[in-house]
Amino acid sequence: MNARAIDDIARAEQGTSLWKDAWLRLRKNHLAVFGLVILALFVIIALLTPWIAPYSYQAQDLELGASGPSAAHWLGTDIFGRDLMTQIMYGGRISLAVGFVATAVALLIGVTWGAIAGYVGGRTDAVMMRLVDILYALPFMIFIVLLTVVFGRNMLLLFLAIGAVEWLTMARIMRGQVQSLRQQEFVEAAISLGLSPATLIRRHLVPNALGPIIVYTTLTIPNVMLLEAFLSFLGLGIQPPQTSWGLLISYGAETMEEYPWLLIFPGVALTLTLFSLNFLGDGLRDALDVRGAKD
Amino acid sequence: MALLDVQDLAVSFVTRNGTNKAVDGISFSVELGKITAIIGESGSGKSVACYSLLGLVPMPPGRIDGGRALFEGRDLLKLEETELRRIRGRDIAMIFQDPMTCLNPYMTIGKQLMEPLLYHRKVTTAQARARALELLAEVGIRDPESTIDNFPHEFSGGMRQRVMIAMALINEPKLLIADEPTTALDVTIQAQILKLIAELQHKRDIGVIFISHDLAVVADIADTIVVMKQGQIVETGNREGIFRNARHPYTQKLLAAIPTDSKPPRPGAAEPLIRVQNLCTWFSQGRGREPVRAVNDVSFDINRGEVLGLVGESGSGKSTIGRSILRLVPVTSGEVRFDGTDLTALEGRELKTMRRRMQMIFQDPFASLNPRMTVYDTLAEPLLLHGIETRKSVAQGVLKLMDDVGLARAFVRKYPHEFSGGQRQRIAIGRALATRPEFVVADEPVSALDVTIQAQILDLMQQLSREYGLTMLFVSHDLAVVRHLADRILVLYKGEVVEQGTGDELFERPRQAYTRQLLQSIPGRSLLS
Repeated sequence: MNARAIDDIARAEQGTSLWKDAWLRLRKNHLAVFGLVILALFVIIALLTPWIAPYSYQAQDLELGASGPSAAHWLGTDIFGRDLMTQIMYGGRISLAVGFVATAVALLIGVTWGAIAGYVGGRTDAVMMRLVDILYALPFMIFIVLLTVVFGRNMLLLFLAIGAVEWLTMARIMRGQVQSLRQQEFVEAAISLGLSPATLIRRHLVPNALGPIIVYTTLTIPNVMLLEAFLSFLGLGIQPPQTSWGLLISYGAETMEEYPWLLIFPGVALTLTLFSLNFLGDGLRDALDVRGAKD
Repeated sequence: MALLDVQDLAVSFVTRNGTNKAVDGISFSVELGKITAIIGESGSGKSVACYSLLGLVPMPPGRIDGGRALFEGRDLLKLEETELRRIRGRDIAMIFQDPMTCLNPYMTIGKQLMEPLLYHRKVTTAQARARALELLAEVGIRDPESTIDNFPHEFSGGMRQRVMIAMALINEPKLLIADEPTTALDVTIQAQILKLIAELQHKRDIGVIFISHDLAVVADIADTIVVMKQGQIVETGNREGIFRNARHPYTQKLLAAIPTDSKPPRPGAAEPLIRVQNLCTWFSQGRGREPVRAVNDVSFDINRGEVLGLVGESGSGKSTIGRSILRLVPVTSGEVRFDGTDLTALEGRELKTMRRRMQMIFQDPFASLNPRMTVYDTLAEPLLLHGIETRKSVAQGVLKLMDDVGLARAFVRKYPHEFSGGQRQRIAIGRALATRPEFVVADEPVSALDVTIQAQILDLMQQLSREYGLTMLFVSHDLAVVRHLADRILVLYKGEVVEQGTGDELFERPRQAYTRQLLQSIPGRSLLS
């Protein structure tokens, strides 16, 4: 074998996967990279919080009360004299975890469910989608209250409950995508190659349906975070002294006239996360669309 | 004086990657009562040239660089948009390629027909309707009174194209521009539409520009033929001149691409590889409704090493037969034996093993490749799936396939959208051959391609089928192509086999009326004999 042929083989072997190409394209998108860096930073801080937080999240200084940003408390303190930065750091742990875990649950169930229903079609599809319709019709609050009554209140349950509601839309989007892709000849070609349905769905259908799914995912994560705040506010989610961004914001909103920083700083944290998610989501969608690639 | 006189027309597109000269200084003219055909492959600038005359090229990115186009003494290129709008649809009308997408599905054809009349002339609705009825009759719509209030989906493709022609003619234009008006139609319908255009043109004494990629299509109707390549005119001449003694090599190449020969008989013993017996494939239309009998009691054999041609118009069930054999659609009843094994009974692992031995090449190379898989992934998938190559050796296997189908190795990491139609079809052929199949179903593999590319792909398929020792079922609506490639031909009509024989038998001694009709529809048949 001559050097030229070896060279060709080397070129053929290196990085031909969709994801590797997508990553190369994503790196050129500055906004998306910015989003990724911010998100990574938040996640790292959340993971290290117990070791790097300036105070314990239970530590109060009742004499100090609510105070603005100072050298001792960079982001100020709340009405019980607790350090706001510590609160935001601990709150971020809960909020990010809920956001990512619940969305991941929704993504996993929704994409699988929708892909199977859309691919198999016929009666299976009808049964699977009617089940989705029934769950849609179930009032969300009653569902959560039921779950907490039966299983008691715990965090994992909260994640699952939110995920279990959010996957419904995901499944519908996925099913629609798969149904239209199913008509295309490349799917027939894959069947005639002898691919099993599972491989076919994984390799040929899911990658082609990712665009709308990714956009919807980036919309779901903030949605889930706000949902958690709402549930916690009603007493069904996180309870003080534990906290989350959603809770901090709702408490901050109550006292925003006297102590605006209690609203502003948690708000900034949440907004930054949401912006980053959107940038990253748009970037990912473009990066995965090989047709839009300019290079 | 010519009706339309185009001099040195130049149009370019300005994009980020530079300026692309789509039309590079062309001159031609159209006379009243004559048909001027503009021939060229996709990207040759033939459509852009005509669209720019009517201000239908979006600007930017389009830009007219120069030239003039005198239509009845006025330069179309210098007219304001408002003046052009008065000419468009009234003095110059257009017919487009795809009659399926050019009619508004939510409007009755009567309303759509009357629209240009009501817009351009002062007539009452009743007058417009009367005129619409007249025209529908003229373009050969049976019983216009009762069909004028139907919606487009109630018409077949050919009928819709007739409606489009009626719509173009309703304002009595002096110039008709027809952009590939028959490309989306069946051969028999194509022949009818061509005849209609020629008749109307003659009767109304109007000028026609007929744009096509296929020289054969215009062989019977064009007075003047203009051959374009890469934005320039390479040759202009009358019909006789072009077909009898074309001077430019490109024109000669186009002429050579029209298949006119038949395949020489194949020696050797006849041992059937595929036996299809009483095959029925019906599609259910829901409870209480008659199923569509796409394939109805069809039996035939394909011998080892043979190419069997399957010919018929759309709806004849020819594609469904191919898909039934490959188990891509569920078979209603009947038997398909592959090398003795009944395929209709196979499931799971056994089916997968058989799939390796039979593959398919699809019609539309734009839809048959996964847009998110590179050439490498597309070709590596079957190699790995059937254990033909290991993870270590697969790259070599992929490159070998690319060599076989004539794709440059440097393209290995590219995605389908970066290729032309012909190149994509090469990828698709490579994928089908990857499993080293014994049997291949080719479903109209060249009908979406330009004529010259078509000839290349047909050559490639012939060469590969020799090298790989393939048995092939070649499905096509194009008799000339099938005759060129197939050892035996089956003619299909409404799901049933009406006639079979070798190419020469069918062409010289057709027994059935339907076969004769198909033969008469072959464009440019005068050239074949």
